[in-house]
Amino acid sequence: MSAIEENVMPHATVAAAEEVRMSVRGLNFYYGKFHAIKSVSMNILTNKVTAFIGPSGCGKSTLLRTFNRLHELYPENRTTGQILLDGEDILDKSVDATALRARVGMVFQKPTPFPMSIYDNIAFGVRLYEKLSPREMDERVEWALTSAALWNEVKDKLKQSGNGLSGGQQQRLCIARCVAIKPEVILLDEPCSALDPISTARIEELVNEMKKDYTVVIVTHNMQQAARVSDYTAYMYLGELIEFGETDKIFTKPVQKATEDYITGKFG
Amino acid sequence: MVKIDKASTPIFKRRKLVNKFNMVMSGFTMAFGLFWLSWILFTLLRDGLFALDLSLFTRNTPAPGSKGGLLNAIVGSVLMAGTGTVVGTPIGIMAGTYLAEYGKRGWLAPATRFINDILLSAPSIVVGLFIYTTVVARMNHFSGLAGGLALSLIVIPVVVRTTDDMLRLVPDSLREAAIGLGAPRWKMITKVSYRAASAGIATGVLLAVARIAGETAPLLFTALNNQFFSTNLWGPMANLPVVIFQFAMSPYDDWHRLAWGGAILITFGVLGLNILARLIFRKKI
Amino acid sequence: MDSQGSAAPMPVKRPPLRERSQGAVVDTLFARTTQFFAFLVFVLLLAIMASLVIGSWPSIRKFGFAFVYTTDWDPVAGVFGAAVPIYGTLVSSLIAMVIAIPVSFGIALFLTELAPVWLKRPLGTAIELLAAIPSIIYGMWGLFEFTPLFGKYVQPFLIDNLGDIPVLGALFQGPPMGIGMLTAGVILAIMVIPFITAVMRDVFELVPVVLRESAYGLGSTTWEVVWKVVLPYTRAGVVGGVMLGLGRALGETMAVTFVIGNAHRVATSLLAPGASIASSLANEFTEADDPIYTASLIELGLILFLITTIVLACAKYMLLRLGRLEGTKS
Repeated sequence: MSAIEENVMPHATVAAAEEVRMSVRGLNFYYGKFHAIKSVSMNILTNKVTAFIGPSGCGKSTLLRTFNRLHELYPENRTTGQILLDGEDILDKSVDATALRARVGMVFQKPTPFPMSIYDNIAFGVRLYEKLSPREMDERVEWALTSAALWNEVKDKLKQSGNGLSGGQQQRLCIARCVAIKPEVILLDEPCSALDPISTARIEELVNEMKKDYTVVIVTHNMQQAARVSDYTAYMYLGELIEFGETDKIFTKPVQKATEDYITGKFG
Repeated sequence: MVKIDKASTPIFKRRKLVNKFNMVMSGFTMAFGLFWLSWILFTLLRDGLFALDLSLFTRNTPAPGSKGGLLNAIVGSVLMAGTGTVVGTPIGIMAGTYLAEYGKRGWLAPATRFINDILLSAPSIVVGLFIYTTVVARMNHFSGLAGGLALSLIVIPVVVRTTDDMLRLVPDSLREAAIGLGAPRWKMITKVSYRAASAGIATGVLLAVARIAGETAPLLFTALNNQFFSTNLWGPMANLPVVIFQFAMSPYDDWHRLAWGGAILITFGVLGLNILARLIFRKKI
Repeated sequence: MDSQGSAAPMPVKRPPLRERSQGAVVDTLFARTTQFFAFLVFVLLLAIMASLVIGSWPSIRKFGFAFVYTTDWDPVAGVFGAAVPIYGTLVSSLIAMVIAIPVSFGIALFLTELAPVWLKRPLGTAIELLAAIPSIIYGMWGLFEFTPLFGKYVQPFLIDNLGDIPVLGALFQGPPMGIGMLTAGVILAIMVIPFITAVMRDVFELVPVVLRESAYGLGSTTWEVVWKVVLPYTRAGVVGGVMLGLGRALGETMAVTFVIGNAHRVATSLLAPGASIASSLANEFTEADDPIYTASLIELGLILFLITTIVLACAKYMLLRLGRLEGTKS
């Protein structure tokens, strides 16, 4: 499909003015024999929100998960190509996955509070990388929870289990846990799919806040959400990157017919 | 007007009758099962309660015709069950961890799971024989340690199985979240997986303890027995199940009485552990 | 809504990407340790087998294959044959199965289909507690409580009513002593019922709800649903559960030792005292003074271990097969 080449090119000009944080180059992904991502290339820009959209099974989540090498957990997964983070190929064997994950954090579809207190949920990640005094840790936990707009709701019950929170609160706890280790890039894998509309609105608000300090990549099946929160949008279909560009353009005058069909709801 | 009332055809009536008969039989089998449980518990209470007195816990096993208790046997049982648990639990948890957390690739995990399930139901007396030929015959004497080791071999499969099962119940999303934060695998397992599965694993260990508390066969030719009080793990050691066996098979009435006392202690101890295990499991999961 | 979302970011030192963190070393160590213990469990079965072969080597060399089918058991002359205890083990387990299979099926049926929801758990627990009672308690209760009543009421009834039937009658001859193979079989049945029931109940609950509902929707009675839909669907699992129970029965020691009578004789009558492999070991092992006597007893253990391992492996295989049919990933 010649569309791919055409689509990779334009944002090279866009990117000239911006700082590129991550750069995907000719990435292929195989799940066993299944070719799930087909030579995808794109740039993720610093302090912007990039959204991946597309029908389920199009590979958007898979692509996101390779950004912090989660796919390695399953032996049948295989990749070729490169993903550069500040110029270094993170898929290279010599890159330590642990160190990578300190810089590229991830929040999942369903809230995943660990079976421990709210405080320890945050401290767990921090302790992996830093030795802090109890006072510093307290500050860090407060800071992270504040960043995730959760502090006011939980400050009196930090010792309680994270499982006792509502779904939306749990998801913000997971965001706080991710923020607490101060990554550069935050990956959000359909973070609102298990949440009610009000909780979803709060998370979206939060994503807008987050891009001041972080580079955010969000996978969503909800096109309105992509339109609301993202600066750039990538439309994927059957493992291929069909179109990638500024969100406004993708949603108002997409170049590809396939993208237009999907966005206008003719298909998918 | 011709109307076939299906509810009154002979076939229908026969089907209903067959159903009713079998349902009643099913109720009977349920009652049959409960009948044995209550009979056994009733016998234990009737013959065991009057054997229960303080001297059971303060005196050692006597010669026939003289007064005594079960102190040495109780202490021996606790020591050996303790040894079995302390040796078996970590091995079981580690092996179970491998099966659940690392077992996705390779042949070792499925093969071990298969063999572990066989060991789970293997005759305990054979475990006794194994320890006899590998430990007792080599040390040239029976010992509490050998008894404890035999019991640990019974603990291991139980703990392996529950650890494996419980860890596999931990959702992968939780693991991914920990790994996604950059936790190395061992930290993810020890800090997140174990915590999430802790109630289940504790249940498994309790059930294993309950199982070995009443095991007799593997002790017969490992720990043997000891008429006297001994806490020396290197020598033969008294224990409740074997004392019950010897005393019950003897012709002396006062030994029978002590055997019933031991039986009620063991049974209600074991049943108590079982119920405790269930409560822990239900509360947490 | 609190818009405190923008707490000022804190500067942080980045770990360089290409440096092996010390976590990686611990990680490998941890993985290898768990693997080592898993391997330990894996070889345990073989180790037991090997130790028993070595321990029984003198007996294997002296008696050869004849050990399995000869009936002499003479510690004084040093001549041993295992036919009697093997026969006793098989027959007592067979009796146990004849009783336990239908009863377990009935209980599983009751627990899954008939019992009201509030009764399911307590009744299920009660049956499971039957499995928790130590086998020595079964033995003691069997010897002091069950045997006298069994010998007084049930055995004479069997002798009077079944003893005169040709062929079958041969099984019910002799004085009603209470003890014997039949008694052992009955007590074994009670002991394995909870194991078989547990498996049956679990596999019955594996049947997809849609299947069950569509059978009921056709107008089937509960019995027809269970007999024609649930049972065929779970056949492999049910057989697996039965084999599991059989494995337990074959190796059960203490309960049998108390009530089987411990006589090294071949008798057709089920009421006559006999011996099982496990009971012979429990009774005689510590008394065996002659090396060949000990070796013969260990060989008995080896035979028992082989039989139960095969039975249990079949059980596990059947259960795995059901799991695969189910499509559940194991």
